[in-house]
Amino acid sequence: MMGFYIPLLLACFLCLWRIGRGPTPADRAVAIDILGIIVVSFCAFLSLLTGRDFYMNVALSWSLLSFIGTLALSKHLEGKGFDE
Amino acid sequence: MTGICTVISYSLMAIGVLFNLSGAIGLIRLPDVYNRLQASTKCVTLGTSLILFSVFVRVGLTPLGVKALLTIIFILLTSPTAAHALSRGAYKSGVKLWEGSVCDRYKEEKEPEK
Repeated sequence: MMGFYIPLLLACFLCLWRIGRGPTPADRAVAIDILGIIVVSFCAFLSLLTGRDFYMNVALSWSLLSFIGTLALSKHLEGKGFDE
Repeated sequence: MTGICTVISYSLMAIGVLFNLSGAIGLIRLPDVYNRLQASTKCVTLGTSLILFSVFVRVGLTPLGVKALLTIIFILLTSPTAAHALSRGAYKSGVKLWEGSVCDRYKEEKEPEK
């Protein structure tokens, strides 16, 4: 199982590098979105690795919260208020 | 039977991890916001769906597996929507296209007379 652990961690750190480096705010928003989806798969992997069920609850709620956060970031990038 | 399920689960998880990693590499290597978005969103969505499906194949129809299937449905519904909203927000915020880009259909749609 450890062979799956290291590429997922590497993918997370590549996303973090793009969040820190990104030249425009849109780059950072894209990297945050991708990091959220990778963390969902990481939680699923951890639920198999440790045999505990609650990691899948974390994955389910993390996917929904990441979607709402990405929508809020994109509305913020458009430069409008939230009610338009 | 459980041996076959374990082998299928490991194979699906390996393919999913590979897709996730290639999506993250595309996020690093490509030159533009829109290129990065279209490379990484699709790869990471497919990779995450494969990993969740491998969990379902491993544990079967238990509450854990049903939650994995629900998460696949949510990911497949929400990830393209989020990518669309992000690209629209990036275009509206004035991010320029890469200089090697060929066409800009959104601009042609907005200003048809040029």
